[in-house]
Amino acid sequence: MTRQQTNRLAKIAISLVAALVVLPIVLVISYVVYNGIGVISWEFLFTAPRNGMREGGIWPALLGTVFLTFGTAIAAFPLAIATAIYLAEYAGDNRLTRWVRLAIVNLAGIPSIVYGLFGLGAFVLFLKLGTSIVAGSLTLGLMTLPVVISTAEEALLAVPQEFRTVSLSLGATRWQTIRHQVLPHALPGIITGIILGLGRAAGETAPILFTVAAFYLPELPRSIFDQTMALPYHLYVISTQVPGMPLSLQYGTALVLLLVVLSLTLVATVLRTRMRRRRQW
Amino acid sequence: MLKTEQVASLPAAHPAPAARRRRSGEWWIEQLIRGAGLSTIVIIGLIFLFLLREGLPAFVRISPLNLLGVRWYPIEELYGLLPLLVGSLLVTVGAVVIAVPLGLITAIYLGEIAPLWQRELLKPLIEVLAGIPSIVLGFLGWVALAPLVQQAGAPTGLTAFTGALILAYMSLPTIISISEDALYAVPKEYRDAALAIGATEWQTIWRVVVPAARSGIVIATVLGIGRAIGETMAVMMVTGNAANIPALATGMFFQPVRTMTATIAAEMGEVAQGSLHYQALFAIGIVLFLLTFAINSLASMLIGGGKQQRSNQL
Amino acid sequence: MLIFALAACSPAAESASAAAPSPQRVIQNKGSDTLVNLALAWAEAYRQVNPDLLIAVTGGGSGTGIASLINRTVDIANVSRHIKEAEIAAAHANGVEPTEFIVAIDALAIVVNLANPVSELTIDQLSAIFTGQVDNWKEVGGNDAPIILLSRETNSGTHVYFLEEVVRKGDPESKAIFAPDTLLMPSSVGITSEIRRNPNAIGYDGLGYVDPAHEKLIAVAAEAGLPYVMPTVATGMDGSYPIARPLYMYTAGQPAGAVAEYLNWIQGPQGQQIVAELGFVPLAAP
Repeated sequence: MTRQQTNRLAKIAISLVAALVVLPIVLVISYVVYNGIGVISWEFLFTAPRNGMREGGIWPALLGTVFLTFGTAIAAFPLAIATAIYLAEYAGDNRLTRWVRLAIVNLAGIPSIVYGLFGLGAFVLFLKLGTSIVAGSLTLGLMTLPVVISTAEEALLAVPQEFRTVSLSLGATRWQTIRHQVLPHALPGIITGIILGLGRAAGETAPILFTVAAFYLPELPRSIFDQTMALPYHLYVISTQVPGMPLSLQYGTALVLLLVVLSLTLVATVLRTRMRRRRQW
Repeated sequence: MLKTEQVASLPAAHPAPAARRRRSGEWWIEQLIRGAGLSTIVIIGLIFLFLLREGLPAFVRISPLNLLGVRWYPIEELYGLLPLLVGSLLVTVGAVVIAVPLGLITAIYLGEIAPLWQRELLKPLIEVLAGIPSIVLGFLGWVALAPLVQQAGAPTGLTAFTGALILAYMSLPTIISISEDALYAVPKEYRDAALAIGATEWQTIWRVVVPAARSGIVIATVLGIGRAIGETMAVMMVTGNAANIPALATGMFFQPVRTMTATIAAEMGEVAQGSLHYQALFAIGIVLFLLTFAINSLASMLIGGGKQQRSNQL
Repeated sequence: MLIFALAACSPAAESASAAAPSPQRVIQNKGSDTLVNLALAWAEAYRQVNPDLLIAVTGGGSGTGIASLINRTVDIANVSRHIKEAEIAAAHANGVEPTEFIVAIDALAIVVNLANPVSELTIDQLSAIFTGQVDNWKEVGGNDAPIILLSRETNSGTHVYFLEEVVRKGDPESKAIFAPDTLLMPSSVGITSEIRRNPNAIGYDGLGYVDPAHEKLIAVAAEAGLPYVMPTVATGMDGSYPIARPLYMYTAGQPAGAVAEYLNWIQGPQGQQIVAELGFVPLAAP
């Protein structure tokens, strides 16, 4: 075979493999949409499950996921932003900083079930918070830290140095500079990072298994010390534990979860693109 | 680029008395920020210490013979970790063997062959894959993939292979992204030189670019391994959860297995706090933590020192 | 009376409930997966009886229920096996006195795929199958195919009951355990799902979870030579089916107030009618 022929064959083979990788993504999404869209309705989204969860809707689980997402944001946001500011504005190029970065990379690599284990031992049992929204949010918040720190740091570093030098040369203090010159311009990027992290947190099951999730609650949670249902756990339960569960409802739940997670990611990506375009530097 | 701190030490930044007062109030804020910066080290230390606190007693109370045994059956005090390690290993190896070649080739396609319009279309699609929750993929594996595997001839659809396949797809975005970076980092001159002496595109890619990107590809593999070992829900739903070491034969991958992660998830709810079983599960947690720590530190070392990792690779 | 222990653990909730003890609003009910749908049906029906009382139901397995009872995080633990000595000891160590109530009877059905030609098995054969000594269907009169073993997870009361009564044939000295390649399914539903699509699988499930239209029930004989009996409500009630067991609910100490009323109702005619409707075996009329 000539080199030209090998070349063409190789390129075709590579394209086929790439298609093999990408097509299933489309297939998976379409499959879930196709099988689940039929049950999506106002009633499905906003009523509670009935008849052993074989009928009715997913409202408590949906609301629970919303609560947990907010909780995660509150738990992760302050610490993540502060850490990002530290890394971007204060940290020197020394061993300590390398350790901090190593710690962040490793936090990102910890399996989600180990976070769940830690959450159970530390928040539910040791701090006696019980299986509750607060325990679940703290666990999810910990898990989300690395992603938010990284994106926030990127956003801060993207602010041109001139902003800082000019501000300082006019007599502003370091913190004033950060607070009034750097942060506002980095804020959209930081928010993008948070939304990305929340998108991931909303879809997680393992960290909430022992820290907050409930199989079935007769009423909505009233305080942050209550348990709650949540979409990922609900999907797990109805697909493996409920006899006679209509397949369409399972797909419908999967679809709603997919939509929640993907819209958060979409919002973050769109924000990021618009920000980049709008940037005046 | 100068840090704020370095700029602040320049002569122009020395303040007048009123500003000095403001400064001292800010000292607290800055201390908080420094504290936050170190918090990540504290947190990861805390997590590890907590795991040790709850799990180390298991290593003491359970004899090494038991721990290294081949049966994990807690209600009879059998705490053999081997089947779980093997389960995680099989699923991870399978996932990496599938994902690295596929991911590398896709990265080659995106970086070297695909026209711009395709790149613009495919890259968001791959990011979508990264966003799909593992429970959704596990659910689809359970209702759609496992029956297919069984119809293809396996004794059951719940096997290490089914788990590996789903994990491979979950790891693909990471592997593709890092491979892409690695390929992109190969200097243009290498390609130009190869083409100038008459090599075809394929020869350039295969003989010049990919070998030059070798270290990046290794990093991608290592991170892919880390990602796969830690996955829980997807494998729990499709691997059959049998704590068994499949016999070393050709059908090995088509046997059910039980991973370390699925074991914790399946059994944690039942254990009384402080019981031996509880401690044994935390012991598995320690093993998982150490494994992923080693893998991530290895990858970090390979990437190089204090450079910040791109956020989309986390 | 027993204010819900979980909320009482957290300081904020504690101050809220420091006022005069109000009638219990929520009952936390957790444990056996076998019981979970029954518990859910009871909870839903009881809302007609006492609309002010909310009953939260969670699964997780009998082991989970007992662990929660010991940890004082539930009012009622659903358990599909008898509480173990070690668990009683652990409970006492934590100041909890487990009090037992029988709420229904469950006939344990052996299920195979509808296409499987085998219809009858003895306990001895079942034990040999589930310990892995017999691993091909042809050894018990079926096709030449490997037997795929399905079981519940170790935290399941059903699992423990099956281990004691079938795998160990009721012998307390036996140390036999399931074969290592037994698939541990997350729930009863997991077992029936796999049975439906796998022609060579065998599993066990509470009668309430089995649909004879989709799964084939095996008639079981206590010993070779004794008659093979199909699991039904009738054979469960009259004891002719060899593997039927009581289903329990445990509380910490003697229950009072809302919990006591609820348990009474469950053991009464209305509760037991729901038992029958769900395919379990009601308690014999007193």
